[in-house]
Amino acid sequence: MTILDRRQFLIVTTSAAVLPAGKAKATDSDASVSGAGAKKPPSAPYLEARNALAGGRTITLGRVSLDLPRLAENGNSVTLKISVESPMTAADHVKTIHLLSEQNPIATVARFHLSPRSGRAFVSTSIRLAATQNINAIAEMSDGTLWEAQAESIVLLAACTDGG
Amino acid sequence: MRPSRIVIPETAKAGEVIEIKALIQHPMVTGHTAAGANTEPRDIIHTLAVTYDGAEIFRADFFPGVAANPYVAFTTRATVSGDVVFTWTDDKGEETRQTRTLRVS
Repeated sequence: MTILDRRQFLIVTTSAAVLPAGKAKATDSDASVSGAGAKKPPSAPYLEARNALAGGRTITLGRVSLDLPRLAENGNSVTLKISVESPMTAADHVKTIHLLSEQNPIATVARFHLSPRSGRAFVSTSIRLAATQNINAIAEMSDGTLWEAQAESIVLLAACTDGG
Repeated sequence: MRPSRIVIPETAKAGEVIEIKALIQHPMVTGHTAAGANTEPRDIIHTLAVTYDGAEIFRADFFPGVAANPYVAFTTRATVSGDVVFTWTDDKGEETRQTRTLRVS
């Protein structure tokens, strides 16, 4: 009798392509499933972009929730949702949400500028995924602190980079 | 002017947080190929700015990693009746502007 832990369960079920979506945070899956190539370590452009936005500040895991499909059949358009725990008051709100890709040719995918008038810290958008990879959502708060969530998506058909 | 689609309530109560969805038709040409050679220069919508009653409430900066026909959803708190103006700008400087009126009771 075999008891699967959560990670093995995810690998088994995504291999069988029966898990279309899921909330994931900081997964460390070794991408031992088929997809648009095995997951590689974060790219140099990603690390540069991350360091540039951090500017020496610490980026802490938490407060941010990133809802990304666990399995993306088509990397040309993958819809995700980001929300951040914040009262969104003048004294304490999310200023910017940065969306970074670990494997796309250009690491910065989008930036969203919010304010207390947003009412809630929530955005949704559709992005391109050039390969199986982690996507990182980093929230910059009004007090200057940085918080992040990370989610992995296994890409079956990579985004076509031939002009769009 | 490019075709666009906006979903926003027509009415809201003061203080209510409403969700707004906005999509515009655009190929979002990345400007690079798998081989790294430039065939077609980059042409993307790089900014969506949204004002409500004259003040900016939301801004998105897009890069080539955003899918074609860029879509975004966000929220705002209803304050007073007024126009919500959406302005998309692409690399060629072409602007698409759409206005919706929100009535607040």
